[in-house]
Amino acid sequence: MLKRLIASRETLLIVAILLLLILISSRFPGFIAPSNLANVFNDTSPLILLAIGQMIVILTRCIDLSVAANLALTGMVVSMVNVALPGLPIAVILGIAIGLGTILGMINGLLVWKLQIPSIVVTLGTMTIFRGVIFLISDGKWVNSHEMSPAFKAFPRAELLGLPVLSWIAIFAVIVFTVVMTRTTLGRAFYAAGGNPHAATYAGISVGRSQFWAFTISGALAGLTGYLWVSRFAVSYVDIAGGFELDVVAACVIGGVSIMGGIGTVAGALLGALFLGIIKNALPVVDISPFWQLAISGGAIIIAVALNAQANRKKGRIILKRAEQIR
Amino acid sequence: MLQQTQKSLPRGDRSDPQAILALADISKTFPGVKALSGVSLSLYPGKVTALVGENGAGKSTVVKILTGIYQPDGGSILVDGVPAPFPTPQAAADQGVTAIHQETVLFDELSVAENIFLGHAPRNSWGLIDRKKTTEKARALLSSIGAALDPELRLKDLGIANKHLVAIARALSIEARVVIMDEPTAALSQKEIEELYELVESLKAQGRAILFISHKFDEIFRIADNYTVFRDGQLIGDGAIADVSEAELVKMMVGRDVSQIFPEREPSAGDPVLTVEGYAHPTEFDDISFTLRKGEILGFYGLVGAGRSEFMQSLFGITRPSAGSVEVGGRKVSIRSPADAVDNGIVYVPEDRGKQGAVLDLPIFQNITLPSLGRISRGGFLRLAEEFRLAREYTERLDLRAASLDTHVGNLSGGNQQKVVIAKWLATQPRVIILDEPTKGVDIGSKAAVHEFMAELAAQGLAVIMVSSEIPEVLGMSDRVIVMREGRIVAELTDTELQPETLVRHAAGI
Repeated sequence: MLKRLIASRETLLIVAILLLLILISSRFPGFIAPSNLANVFNDTSPLILLAIGQMIVILTRCIDLSVAANLALTGMVVSMVNVALPGLPIAVILGIAIGLGTILGMINGLLVWKLQIPSIVVTLGTMTIFRGVIFLISDGKWVNSHEMSPAFKAFPRAELLGLPVLSWIAIFAVIVFTVVMTRTTLGRAFYAAGGNPHAATYAGISVGRSQFWAFTISGALAGLTGYLWVSRFAVSYVDIAGGFELDVVAACVIGGVSIMGGIGTVAGALLGALFLGIIKNALPVVDISPFWQLAISGGAIIIAVALNAQANRKKGRIILKRAEQIR
Repeated sequence: MLQQTQKSLPRGDRSDPQAILALADISKTFPGVKALSGVSLSLYPGKVTALVGENGAGKSTVVKILTGIYQPDGGSILVDGVPAPFPTPQAAADQGVTAIHQETVLFDELSVAENIFLGHAPRNSWGLIDRKKTTEKARALLSSIGAALDPELRLKDLGIANKHLVAIARALSIEARVVIMDEPTAALSQKEIEELYELVESLKAQGRAILFISHKFDEIFRIADNYTVFRDGQLIGDGAIADVSEAELVKMMVGRDVSQIFPEREPSAGDPVLTVEGYAHPTEFDDISFTLRKGEILGFYGLVGAGRSEFMQSLFGITRPSAGSVEVGGRKVSIRSPADAVDNGIVYVPEDRGKQGAVLDLPIFQNITLPSLGRISRGGFLRLAEEFRLAREYTERLDLRAASLDTHVGNLSGGNQQKVVIAKWLATQPRVIILDEPTKGVDIGSKAAVHEFMAELAAQGLAVIMVSSEIPEVLGMSDRVIVMREGRIVAELTDTELQPETLVRHAAGI
């Protein structure tokens, strides 16, 4: 049991993150001050939220490239609603964000489930459509800080027990989805549908429906993040979070989520996101060009995939019963 | 660790000059597992050597060493008596060793001719592939083995038997001196098997050495000249097939006596459990009607492609029938999905257990409870204690031995994976269980256990449908046999009508 814990991907990733922190602190000790780490976590929270949704989608052998566009569209809609009706309570804004994100996710899910279109094609299409819709509804104009109501902007920054609400939402999502993935029939269905779609079908689990729910969850989280993003940065325009979907997929892959489906945990997605978040925040302070950041995240992805492939290769080779069982 | 009691084993004729290919004292260890310890094997020109052993005996490892996929840790490979390591698959191919696998390793999107000559196609004067010549040579090769196949057909349009023929033609095209056949008859019908035997005879006549891996004893005694038995990665015995009896071979293989007699059963036809009326599908089957009774084992026999599996999948809700009705326990039910079938007490253990059976990345207990999630959850939340109780109950019932229920199914042996799949279905407490080729690719020790188990299920009042292409199994286990041909029921046989000839006659339509 202990051996398995040591060898697990999550443990390896924690070790890698600690090494990274030690390395950074040797050049810039202030980085590991608790307040700075809290900042880094807060900064990484949107990535964590999206990575959880993406992890579930990848688990079912799909991919959701539309998350960043979903975030941007939902963000634009809620900021325009806020401009038009500044008095609307934040609860309603949150409801609109999650609801719209969910609907956008459901569109992806339905196309994958009912029309059996490969998810990479579906979400590449909807990604472009969502960005197009933002342009249409906003006329290409920005919604700026001074147009947004103070309450709208204050919500993610409000502090609760020393941490901003944004961080608390990420923590809450990690807990909720850990429970969903390990303790509910839906979570089990995601693992089964991705691990062996044929076996899942024969066991009475609808693979298509599981994929639909995965996209729905991913969409809901993207919608929620959409509001948090525009209110935190206090700006909304067509191109916000452009290319962010690749960071999200990268976080999952680094977190040990198998791109072939069936393997992955919420903890893995969290750690993968944190790893990227630390790199992103550390490079400027240790005075390395941000362009290196792309190369380093890219390198981390390849190393993570190579390690996972290595781990999987060992598995297929057990021919006889294990030695300890024979004894 | 493995016991090292068999040190002074017969070593075979490893120095015999006439062996084309020999393994001498080969060992292979994988992390934590000794797959082969000091085994030897000799293949002679014009002889068929049967390699016999239970699942996990090390047969596949030997095949992979012979074809250069694995490198042995110790011992040597001898070609014509001269040591010749096979560092790559190409090196093995260069020495004329070729393997025809259980699942053929060919290319679906290429034509028959392209498959046969892939990698060594005839070239024209520009150095490009000469399509015409390729096709002509392929046609000549195919006709030399008596296969009337169009070389220009896409491989994916062929049946499994014809794919084997293409694989054999490929073996001949590279001038193979040693042909390894890994369970070549597993997916073939009786007629196709006969054709394969003839082909093996002609390969023998051409002086090629053949390594024949099979679980079927009738087959081994029919075509093999020599035998080699492995158990737990060790050589147990070898010699001429004429000097050994079936019982002795089985004993060597399992290390104990196994009765090959089918379990005695008291056929008890109870109340009807399942009534199928006029089931039809636009292309696969038509007008299927029968009644299944409590405690009965109903055999479904037919040639490959007779529509048996297709009908069963439809009955289980995987595909929709175009017409027909089902009654379970006298109540008309509508089965629109596998979940409906499971709810109505019908379960289906598919033929392709690797692909359709278990989720290898999930632990044992999660696999077992997969079709029963509704029962072990409340409001969508799993009750873990309940889940473990259910999993433990059925692993114990099937005598599944594993370090823990947390072990991933991918780490289990084939036999144990099979037990997981069966446990999974029994845990749903079905009334009707459909077993599609329940002993296909299963070694003889486990086979008897599966048969025992089927008899036990029937005795407990379960109604069993067994789809099988093995005549002894169909006759030995079934109370009643339905024969299908070309998607239709052509005969329903009981008692004295249950004769091999009758079965074959109906199935083949003669």
